[in-house]
Amino acid sequence: MRFQKRHIALLVYIVFLLLPIYWLFNMSIKTNTEILGAMTLFPDNPTLANYATILTDPAWYSGYINSMIYVGINVVISLLVALPAAYAFSRYNFTGDKHLFFWLLTNRMAPPAVFLLPFFQLYSSVGLFDTHIAVALAHCLFNVPLAVWILEGFMSGIPKEIDETAYIDGYSFPRFFTTIFIPLIRSGIGVTAFFCFMFSWVELLLARTLTSVNAKPIVATMTRTVSASGLDWGVLAAAGVLTIVPGALVIWFVRNYIAKGFAMGRV
Amino acid sequence: MNKITNNKAWFLVLPVFFIVAISAIIPLMTVVNYSVQDIFDPQTRFFVGTDWFRQVLEDSRLHDALIRQIVYTGSVLFIEVPLGIGIALTLPRKGWGVSACMVLLALPLLIPWNVVGTIWQIFGRADIGLGGYTLNLLGMDYNYSQNPMDAWVTVLVMDIWHWTSLIVLLCYAGLRSIPDAYYQAAKIDGASNWAVFRFIQLPKMQSVLVIGVLLRFMDSFMIYTEPFVLTGGGPGTATTFLSQFLVTVAVGQFDLGPAAAFSLIYFLIILLVCWVFYTVVMNAGKREEQ
Repeated sequence: MRFQKRHIALLVYIVFLLLPIYWLFNMSIKTNTEILGAMTLFPDNPTLANYATILTDPAWYSGYINSMIYVGINVVISLLVALPAAYAFSRYNFTGDKHLFFWLLTNRMAPPAVFLLPFFQLYSSVGLFDTHIAVALAHCLFNVPLAVWILEGFMSGIPKEIDETAYIDGYSFPRFFTTIFIPLIRSGIGVTAFFCFMFSWVELLLARTLTSVNAKPIVATMTRTVSASGLDWGVLAAAGVLTIVPGALVIWFVRNYIAKGFAMGRV
Repeated sequence: MNKITNNKAWFLVLPVFFIVAISAIIPLMTVVNYSVQDIFDPQTRFFVGTDWFRQVLEDSRLHDALIRQIVYTGSVLFIEVPLGIGIALTLPRKGWGVSACMVLLALPLLIPWNVVGTIWQIFGRADIGLGGYTLNLLGMDYNYSQNPMDAWVTVLVMDIWHWTSLIVLLCYAGLRSIPDAYYQAAKIDGASNWAVFRFIQLPKMQSVLVIGVLLRFMDSFMIYTEPFVLTGGGPGTATTFLSQFLVTVAVGQFDLGPAAAFSLIYFLIILLVCWVFYTVVMNAGKREEQ
């Protein structure tokens, strides 16, 4: 009896999660006349015209490419710098380590709105404005601390005896780190990459401020279209659905890591 | 774990230090710089000391935004944390259902924030949205773009929709780390469901819950994009939270000095609350262990 009640609650919650997404999808395969004309749970004449509009217009689809590029760069940079740092934090005491760790975390707490203008000026002055690397670096502000934090948790779960044995066996640090240690925390790296992807992919404020044309992310394209014409609901919904797809794919790939990996580190 | 003292570890940390310093210290210094000067153009500027801070602290619009923000963040935590724990307890522990639930639950977290706003904009509209249409059909006069209360509730429900999954996933991770033996022992002892929850499950979830609460506090305190897309801070100022207010001052009115002073105060509030919460919880945890 209790078993069934539990599952009803879960089912209700999942329906609550999926309804708005379904509605977005539903709208994306309707024509604008049907959207504004009648309330239909299922589209009368499903059409892919809205998707065709997006996938054939460079102004739209370049937004997706730009977003992918800077998110990719950001995940790579975050992981590369965070891996050695997390190792240092999990294995060694060094001067100022606790303060440094806390300072890193405070950056995760800084509202992006605070940094808008300074970021704009900083990246303009070094000529990086409207490049993918600018957005990727700006997103490092919150992703690198997060990556260090998560990885440190995973690394602390690996017994230190493994390090010591490897050094006794004559492994140098770089060789030990790349051939033994990194494979051991695979799932931790998966979870970290997932979080970095997530926070970089969903962020709008900094990405919009630091780009104008060449590196304009899809999320900015969407808001500008809303303010300009405002009424093409079908295309807007289709663009929304397409921004969900990469996220859904990433979740699908890390689904086993989410379940197993979360318990191993602290996150 | 005993750690070796070794200052060479700094070399491993340096890349992180540099990359975060570029993105953090230089902009932060710029903000500090603005907050104590009155800037007309790049050549003409005056040192004004703490005037901006005083002006900002006495600004009643800021007080209103701060109160709205506190009420909002409080509601978010009050609803999302218990709900997240509850949902985590209902999740299946093995079988194909685990993966399916993980994917479905994580989905809202991976949707760009402005798209979340768009989704709820579309969903909540009385004329074309399923949610708004249904509510009106049920006899409620629901319109989030006209009625402040409706707008506020919509933003809150949107946040619950968006972020409860994070709490669920974290709690679920904590629950999975409980060995089956604990449950068996509890069964033999004839422990009630509540006792199992209170003395086995909750303590195991404590450390992940701290992270969950901290993340939800920070992010809901900094919320900008979703209400911006959904309501634009309105109607009136019903959903103008701190970030929204800051952007209005800094970009809309181009008052750099007050905006910078406000930024620093804003940052300090978040820092202080996180620090106090973290310290209190960690000390409580240590006492319990002893």
